[in-house]
Amino acid sequence: MTRSKRRAGRRHPLATAALLALGLVFTGGAYAALSTGTVAQAEVDPNSQQTIEEGKKLFQANCATCHGLEAQGTDNGPSLIGVGAASVDFQVGTGRMPMQMQGPQAQQKPVQFTDEQVKQLAYFVASLGPGPEIPSDHLVNGGGDAANGAELFRINCAMCHNVAGAGGALTEGKFAPPLTDVSGVHIYEAMVTGPQNMPVFNDLNISPEDKRDVITYLKYVQDNRSPGGFELGSLGPVAEGLFIWIFGLGAIVAITVWITAKSN
Amino acid sequence: MSTAPSATAPQKRSFTAAASVYVNERTSVAGFVKELGRKAFPDHWSFLLGEVALFAFVVVLISGTFLTFFFQASMAEVHYDGSYVPLKGVEMSVAMASTLDISFDIRGGLFVRQMHHWGALLFVAAIGLHMLRIFFTGAFRKPRELNWVIGFILFILAMAEGFTGYSLPDDLLSGNGLRIIDGMVKGIPLIGTWTSFLIFGGEFPGTQIVGRLYTLHILLLPALVVALVALHLVFVVVHKHTQYAGPGKTQQNAVGPPILPIYAAKAGGFFFIVFGVLALIASMFTINPIWNYGPYDPSPVSAGTQPDWYIGFADGALRLIPPGWEFVWLDRTWSFNIIVPLVVLGGFIVTVLIYPFIEAWVKGDKREHHIVDRPRNAPTRTAIGAAGVTFYAGLWAAASSDILATHFWLTMEGVIHALQATVIIGPFVAYFITKRVCLALQKKDREIVLHGYESGRIVKLPGGEFIEVHQPLDEYERWRLVSYESYEPLMIRPNARGKITVGQRLRAAISRWFFEDRIAPVTKGELEAGHDGHH
Repeated sequence: MTRSKRRAGRRHPLATAALLALGLVFTGGAYAALSTGTVAQAEVDPNSQQTIEEGKKLFQANCATCHGLEAQGTDNGPSLIGVGAASVDFQVGTGRMPMQMQGPQAQQKPVQFTDEQVKQLAYFVASLGPGPEIPSDHLVNGGGDAANGAELFRINCAMCHNVAGAGGALTEGKFAPPLTDVSGVHIYEAMVTGPQNMPVFNDLNISPEDKRDVITYLKYVQDNRSPGGFELGSLGPVAEGLFIWIFGLGAIVAITVWITAKSN
Repeated sequence: MSTAPSATAPQKRSFTAAASVYVNERTSVAGFVKELGRKAFPDHWSFLLGEVALFAFVVVLISGTFLTFFFQASMAEVHYDGSYVPLKGVEMSVAMASTLDISFDIRGGLFVRQMHHWGALLFVAAIGLHMLRIFFTGAFRKPRELNWVIGFILFILAMAEGFTGYSLPDDLLSGNGLRIIDGMVKGIPLIGTWTSFLIFGGEFPGTQIVGRLYTLHILLLPALVVALVALHLVFVVVHKHTQYAGPGKTQQNAVGPPILPIYAAKAGGFFFIVFGVLALIASMFTINPIWNYGPYDPSPVSAGTQPDWYIGFADGALRLIPPGWEFVWLDRTWSFNIIVPLVVLGGFIVTVLIYPFIEAWVKGDKREHHIVDRPRNAPTRTAIGAAGVTFYAGLWAAASSDILATHFWLTMEGVIHALQATVIIGPFVAYFITKRVCLALQKKDREIVLHGYESGRIVKLPGGEFIEVHQPLDEYERWRLVSYESYEPLMIRPNARGKITVGQRLRAAISRWFFEDRIAPVTKGELEAGHDGHH
C-alpha cells in the first residue's frame, strides 16, 4: 500500500517531467512579470544630478573601455564629447552599442539596457558638451505629410535605403539597414547624428518638419502592407525573378511532369 | 451516343453532324482536321515547355489588352489625385498617374497588371528553359535549324517586349532602366549620341519616349511575336515532333498520342492550369510596386535598382567591367566600359543564334535527326552548353551583386571579383567538368549494357569466392542505352583540285576537339561477346 502510494508520489515515472514543467512555468512566469516591469516607461529627468550620476556609473562600467573614462575617446573608440543625447539614444537604444565587435559597421543586436538606463547614459553624455537632443514626440509620431516625406525620402535616402526602406549595400561590407521596423524617434536621431556611414541631415538641410514628413512616410509603409500581396522583401526585380524561376516555373514544370506521367 | 437508337440515325442527323457538314461544305476544313488531328505528339514533360511559353504569352496578350483600355501613354505633367496617400499632389506624367489609377482605382486593375507582369516574367523564363531543352537534346539539328533561329529571335523579341513594358509606367525604376539604355546607346562610338537623340526625341528623358515605346510594345513587337510564333508552330507540324530513343521509335515515325482528341484535350487543360497558376501568383504576390518607386525624376536612384530578370545579364555585364576603361582619343571619349560588354554580349548572342549551323559544319552531317540525344551522349555539345550557361549565369548573378552582398554578409567588392572570375574562368571549368561527367556517364551506361545492373545479391561459389550477381537489362532498356550515334573526327581530305584549304584544316581541328574523346555505343558483337565471356 505504501509502495503504491510512493509510486504515485515523487517516484512516479512522470514526476521528473511534471517537475520540469512546473519549473518552466515558474521561470517563464517570473521572467514575463519582470520583463513587463522593465518595459514600463520611466520618466527620466534630463537635468537632475542623480540622472547624470547614474549615467556616469553606467558609462564607466560599460562604455569606458573604448570611449575612455571621461568619454574623451581612445584608440579604440571616438570621443563622445558633443555627440549629444540623440546619438547615444540611437546607438544604445537600437542595440548597436556596446559594440559586439570591430567590423565594417556596428551590428544591431538586442538592446542591453532598460529604457531608463539608456536615457541616463544619453543625458550623461549630453552633459559633457552640447549636441543634438532627443526629439520631442510631435516630430516623430508620424503626423506629417506622407507625400512630401516620400518625395524627400526618394531624393535623399532611397539611394542607400531603397525606395521602400528595404535597405541596400554600400562599399566594403558596409550597408544601409532596412527601415521596416525602426521607431520614429530612432529615424529622427539617425538623420540628425549620422550614425555609422550615414551622412548628417541637419536642420538647415532638412527642416524638422520635413524630417517629420519622412518619418510619416516610413510609418505609412510600415503600417500599410503592399496592396498587391506579399512583398517578397520589397527587393525589386531580383526577388521577383527568383520567385518566378523557382516557384512559378517550378510549379509549372511539376505540372508538366504530372500531365505526362504514365498511369500505373 | 450508344443509347441513341441506331435505326433512326441515318434519317435524323444530330445537330453536331449537321453543323460539321455545313462548315465543311463551305471551308473544306475536314482535310485539314484529318491531317492535323492524326499528328502524333510524343509524351515527355520537357516537350511541354514551349507550350508553357505560348500559354504565358496568351495570358499576357489578354491581360495586356485590358490594360490598354486604361493606360495613357503620355508624358504630360499632372498632379496625382488618386487614392494612394503618399503620392497625393505629387507631380508626375500622365502615364504614371494612369498606371497608379489602374493599380488603385480601377476594379481588378492591380490584379490584371500583376498578372500581366508575372505572365511576362514566366513567358521569358519558359522560353529560356525550352531553349535549354532544345539545345541539350540536340533538337536543333537538321531539319530544325531554322526553327531554332526563329525561336531565338522570339526570345530576343520577348526581351524587347519585356523591356518596353518595364519602361512604360514612367516610374523611378523604369526611368533608371531607360537611363542605362540611354547610356549604353551614347557609349557607341560615332553614332551613339545621334542615336540617343533620335530615340528620345532630344536629350534624355524628353517627352516622347513613353509614347514611342508604347507603340512598339502594343503594336509592332506583339505583331512580330504572333507572326513568328505561328511560323514556329507551322515548322513543328511540318517537321514532326522529335522524340527520345526507345523501342519502336525511329527517325521515320513519331510515337505518341494523336493531337485529336487526347493531346488537344491535355493541352487545352494545360492552358487553364498555366492561367490558374499565374492568376494565383498575381493575386498573392506584389510585382513592380510602382507606388513605392514614385514618378521618374532623373536625380534619385533607389538601392536595389535592377532590370527584370531577362535583361539582368546585360546589367551584370556593365557591373563587372573594372573602372577606368574610358579614355579620350581624337577629341572623343571612347567608353570601352560600354563597348566591350556590347561586343561581348553581341558575340555571345550571335554564337547561340548560329550554333546549329556551326555544329552541322563541324560534323559534316547532312542527315535528318528526329531522335533527340540524351545530353551525355553528345559530351562536347553538353559541355559547351554548360560553359554558356555558366557565362550567362555569372553575368545574371552580377546584376544582383548588391543584394548578394547584403543578404550573404559579403563585401560588394568581393562579390564583384568573384563573379568576374566566374564569368571568365567559370566557363572553362564548367566545360571540362561537364565533359568528364558526360563521358563517365557514358562509360557507366556501357558497363550496364554489357554486364547488367548490380543486383545486390551476393553468392558464394563452391570454391569459397564471393561474387555479386549482375542482373541483365531487359531489351527495352538496352535499346534506350545503345541507340545513339557516335561521331569520329573528320579526316582532312584534299578538295577536287587536290588542295587542302585553310577552312578544311580549321574544320578538321574543331572536329578533332569535338570528337577526340568519345565512348562508342555498345555494338551487337560486343554485346554477344560480353555475355559469352561473363560468369
